[in-house]
Amino acid sequence: MIEKQIQLSIGGMSCAGCVASVERILQAVPGVDNAAVNFVEHSAEVSGSVSAQALIDAVVVGGYEAAELKGTADEAAEKEVAEFAYYRSLLKKAWVAGVVATPLMLMMLFGAMPVLEGGGRIFWAVVAMASLFVMVYSGGRFFTGAWQAFKAHNANMDTLIALGTGTAWLFSFLILIWPTLVPPEARHLYFEAAVMIIALINLGAALEMRARGKTSEAIKRLIGLQAKMARVVRNGKEIDVPIEQVGVNETLRVRPGEQIAVDGVIIEGRSNIDESMISGEPLPVEKNVGDEVVGGTLNKSGSFLFSATRIGADTALARIIEMVRQAQNSKPAIGRVVDKVAGVFVPIVLLIAVITFMVWFNFGPEPTMAYVLLTTMTVLIIACPCALGLATPISIMVGVGKAAEYGVLIRNGDALQRAGQLTTVVLDKTGTVTEGRPAVTSVMSAAGWDEAKLLSVAASIETGSEHPLAEAIIAAASGRGLPLSPAEDFEAIAGHGVRAQIDGVSVLFGNRKLMADYLVELNDLLEVAAALAVKGETPMFLAVDGVAAGIVAVADPVKRDSKAAIARLRKIGIQVVMLTGDNAATAAVVAKQVGITEVIAEVLPADKSAKVAALQAKGEVVGMVGDGINDAPALARADVGFAIGSGTDVAIESADVTLMRGSLHGVADAIAISKATVRNIKQNLFGAFIYNSLGIPIAAGVLFPLFGILLNPIVAGGAMAMSSLTVVSNANRLRLFKPEGAQQ
Amino acid sequence: MIDVMVNLLALSLMGFIVWWFWLSRRHLKQASGSAVIEVVVENGIYSPAHIEVLQGVPVRLQFERRDPSPCAEKVLFDELGVALDLPLGEKTALVVGPLAAGEYRFSCQMQMYHGSLVVK
Repeated sequence: MIEKQIQLSIGGMSCAGCVASVERILQAVPGVDNAAVNFVEHSAEVSGSVSAQALIDAVVVGGYEAAELKGTADEAAEKEVAEFAYYRSLLKKAWVAGVVATPLMLMMLFGAMPVLEGGGRIFWAVVAMASLFVMVYSGGRFFTGAWQAFKAHNANMDTLIALGTGTAWLFSFLILIWPTLVPPEARHLYFEAAVMIIALINLGAALEMRARGKTSEAIKRLIGLQAKMARVVRNGKEIDVPIEQVGVNETLRVRPGEQIAVDGVIIEGRSNIDESMISGEPLPVEKNVGDEVVGGTLNKSGSFLFSATRIGADTALARIIEMVRQAQNSKPAIGRVVDKVAGVFVPIVLLIAVITFMVWFNFGPEPTMAYVLLTTMTVLIIACPCALGLATPISIMVGVGKAAEYGVLIRNGDALQRAGQLTTVVLDKTGTVTEGRPAVTSVMSAAGWDEAKLLSVAASIETGSEHPLAEAIIAAASGRGLPLSPAEDFEAIAGHGVRAQIDGVSVLFGNRKLMADYLVELNDLLEVAAALAVKGETPMFLAVDGVAAGIVAVADPVKRDSKAAIARLRKIGIQVVMLTGDNAATAAVVAKQVGITEVIAEVLPADKSAKVAALQAKGEVVGMVGDGINDAPALARADVGFAIGSGTDVAIESADVTLMRGSLHGVADAIAISKATVRNIKQNLFGAFIYNSLGIPIAAGVLFPLFGILLNPIVAGGAMAMSSLTVVSNANRLRLFKPEGAQQ
Repeated sequence: MIDVMVNLLALSLMGFIVWWFWLSRRHLKQASGSAVIEVVVENGIYSPAHIEVLQGVPVRLQFERRDPSPCAEKVLFDELGVALDLPLGEKTALVVGPLAAGEYRFSCQMQMYHGSLVVK
């Protein structure tokens, strides 16, 4: 291992005394030469032959927190610099080769090349040396690459280029020094061809590099969301530090208009935060003390302090970036078949080249050697395994990135490919079609009562309850700023409701059965309640001193875009099924609201996966949409599991596809992007296969006996350089794709 | 006579290609035994390209990319579902296993760089 410097951020150091302790821990790690801890910056600098992970492990075992100080943004910037340098070097090599090749090409075109006699030989000797220089300077990497690969019993693109151009140069050089080796009519020299091919291939590689950079724009945009600086509170002072120096449990100040640096929990102040980049929620979300904030989101109005809980690679944004990156690197089944071909492609081309050699040598017309060399060289040059190998991954890269732009995180290439094949989409109800958060939808007061008073009393009695609906009622009352009174003698009556004394009067709050037990007359309220139930709302009656005061109805509202998203799915021919544990009546109401005709209700969570399997047995390709935790077995069972998640929870680890925005539009977007990507891959593969399967035989001269057509090796070099560039450019077209009906 | 010799040479060359690139791949530069294996990515190859490890032991593969070509920027282990980004000039580690016995192939995205991890 090489001696290196590692910078760590250290969390959990409460006093200067911890400095010595952390230093001791670090110095005890084998391979560490020196370790210096900076208490003010909460960082450590370590030198030695050791990995950052070993240091982090040791610090964590010692009871502190640690993370390597190296941001994704830094890595991306470093990568960009390295790529640009490589691009420049390729261009320079292409330019140098082009400067030597172009005049020679022009001379050849105008028939100005001297013959191989007398002064002409001196001219050719100079050309031979100039082209040798180009072969070494601009084409050297092909030769070293080919040799290294050969030693490893491997053959690649370099092998083909090196053999093609190397043979051309060597043959030409032999003729130059020993012209009588072949008959006069076969004394063609190919120095300019070798040099021009090298120029074209370097130019093609440079352009491809440029085009490739664009394919990763989506991930660059995600990386761009990360803040560069953070304002930390240290020793009572607020100082701006690079985000990499923020430690776990440190306090950070965020002012209006600033980006939140890392994940954490608000400890002082309140604000509205724009989380649209992570959750897709278009409206700013109000956050108070105790609420979580996510790195990369934007603080709109207030100023607040928060404590960092997750930093560096652990933040939600960093995990999303990592997941997108992993998915972009993965390959779907369609790509794996191609890999088998690409893996043996080059040796097969080598065999074809030898066969071409033999055929022309034995059956070719005079000058035989000229034809043999021309065709063999052209076969080697035209074959392009890169276009074949690049066809799938480059489209996946763009497709996965495109999906991320729409808030759809796709786990891998397989999921991306399968999403386009879905015939049925099964939707869980609560939290998927609906918000998953019950809310007060109607307040109906009886004579002598007003809505505010009714809601205030209902919320007061519910403060003691642990029922899930209680939270919705208390939230509704506090949302309207209503005062609450303490509840005394509170009693929860299971399955019925609650009873308590409020401000000296006896209050009942619950369902019809509760009212019947206490002989409360409901009169007209019964009709109102029945009408609410039809709408899918759950009515609860409030009675004060034995007299009905009104109804508070609670419902889990349907997400505002569920109906439109389901209509989109049906429009593209997808069968939509709702699967829920709820009772049939509520399920039917929700299904009607969003336009679903097929409902499977009252299904136990454990049976959901069996229902998915039953649909699959009927030949359907099933996508299941649910929350990542409760519906995990059904999600796993489905051909594609879509987890509704905010992008910040564990769901992103478990599903094939995570819908960060929580909207069902993501399912339609994923399907549309999948289809577009697979179509793009097929175009690429078709192009690459056709190119190679036509190009190689033509280069070998199959058209010669009938039409007298032979390919010029320089044309072959140009075609080869263009073929992979075409594949990359075609994949780049996907960047412009917009799913029909998408919300963005 | 020359014709016959050239043809025989060409046929032997074909035989050599088949033997070298398919039949004798096992004679690759090998690394084995150690729990930490350094793999250098340079000039279009992984070195060592053939790695043998013992069953039941986790392995730390450390890839060092010296090759600036974009082909070298990723290494994929299809059977393991792992894809690793290799920043230029850096060492990137992958900890795998313990794996079941078998051959786990790895390659660049375009199948031009090859290697295999054999668990015995």
